[in-house]
Amino acid sequence: MKLRLIATAAILATFGLGSAFAVGTHEDREAIMKKVGGATGALAAIAKGEKPYDAEAVKAALSTISENAKAFPDQFPPGSETGDKAASPKIWETFDDFKAKSLKLSADADAVLAQLPADAAGVGAALKTLGANCGGCHQVYRIKE
Amino acid sequence: MFARLIRILLCLIGVGVIGAVAFYIVTAPSPQPDEHWAGLGDPDLANGERIFWAGGCVSCHAAKGAEGEAQLVLSGGLPLASPFGTFHVPNISPDETAGIGGWTLAQFGNAMTRGVGRNGEHLYPSFPYGSYARMTAKDINDLYGYIRTLPKSTNVAAPHDLPFPFNIRLSLGGWKFLYFTDAPRVTLASADDKVKRGQYLVEGPGHCGECHTPRNALGGFLADQWLAGAPNPEGKGRIPNITPGSKSIGEWSEADIATYLETGFTPDFDSVGGSMVEVQKNMARLPAEDREAIAAYLKAVPARQ
Repeated sequence: MKLRLIATAAILATFGLGSAFAVGTHEDREAIMKKVGGATGALAAIAKGEKPYDAEAVKAALSTISENAKAFPDQFPPGSETGDKAASPKIWETFDDFKAKSLKLSADADAVLAQLPADAAGVGAALKTLGANCGGCHQVYRIKE
Repeated sequence: MFARLIRILLCLIGVGVIGAVAFYIVTAPSPQPDEHWAGLGDPDLANGERIFWAGGCVSCHAAKGAEGEAQLVLSGGLPLASPFGTFHVPNISPDETAGIGGWTLAQFGNAMTRGVGRNGEHLYPSFPYGSYARMTAKDINDLYGYIRTLPKSTNVAAPHDLPFPFNIRLSLGGWKFLYFTDAPRVTLASADDKVKRGQYLVEGPGHCGECHTPRNALGGFLADQWLAGAPNPEGKGRIPNITPGSKSIGEWSEADIATYLETGFTPDFDSVGGSMVEVQKNMARLPAEDREAIAAYLKAVPARQ
């Protein structure tokens, strides 16, 4: 009797935990990355001269990158390993490194925000710094379907 | 009765011996004739460096994770997992004993273009000589000259770890007989100089097809599936189709492809990933005209689904 109670509690706890962390579907993850990609595209358009330099637009794009890169690792809680073919199992095997890589992008964006580039060339240089983070993380943790 | 059995047995042995001799003659390592490597003069080191990055030498031969100047130490040692066992990439720094500093141009060139090692042995095609076979003697001379200017390393890589029968180098002669060719991978009807340059870079030094083309069970390319995409040899996922029929990049313009190779960004600002990250970094070091040539060629090859 007692044993059954414990078992029930354990099952409830497991499922309870599971639902409490019901984030981390492929769509959620992709949506965040698309925001980062969109902001990167906005910066690139300015860097390449396709759009005029606009301090507010640069600020907005950098903030988007910073916020989303900071939140991104939360999309990969323990137990969410399955169901996303684009997410490498290595994310959970070396989660600290994965998280550090995402937070570094966020920190790099914050650093650019603190010393906002004043022209298109400055945006281009910032983009190079930020962009290196993309490939650096995707090299290890993203799987092409 | 017994005598007849003996006779049959002897016949079979005879056939076996003749077969083995024929196999060896047909599949013996065949280096280039000596004159192929003669009279090339002093290497053009700037062109050698350009070919060095086009060939992506550092991606396998530098220490894992090496960046910047450290990439230029070609110490080897990286393990390459494959369906045929694990290869350990050799030291190709100019060190006289641990590396290839003591090699002649002909020895280097025959390894690059014929898959023949310094001692006349077959090399494993994990070293992509099946692509490098298309490289000109001039580019090989320039590349070797450039590699000889790089730092020396005394690192000695572990021997390959391959199960039977892949550990028998003689069997590679059979593989070469079946699949080794220095002919163009595709015939392009009206190729201008730009497309031809792209064809040279992609099919030769760039060795793009080694990952982007599917293979049969023996590791030979499926001829009608050139650059049509393949399973990822390093694990999960796929290496994408890069022909005009590709779902991922078929819609890209030539400029999109060239920009991707330069910056690592796709047209919708997704980024390069997986083992292509290293490749893209190498491609970013090429002159823009080479990236544009690669893009032009990729738009000219037959579309595959």
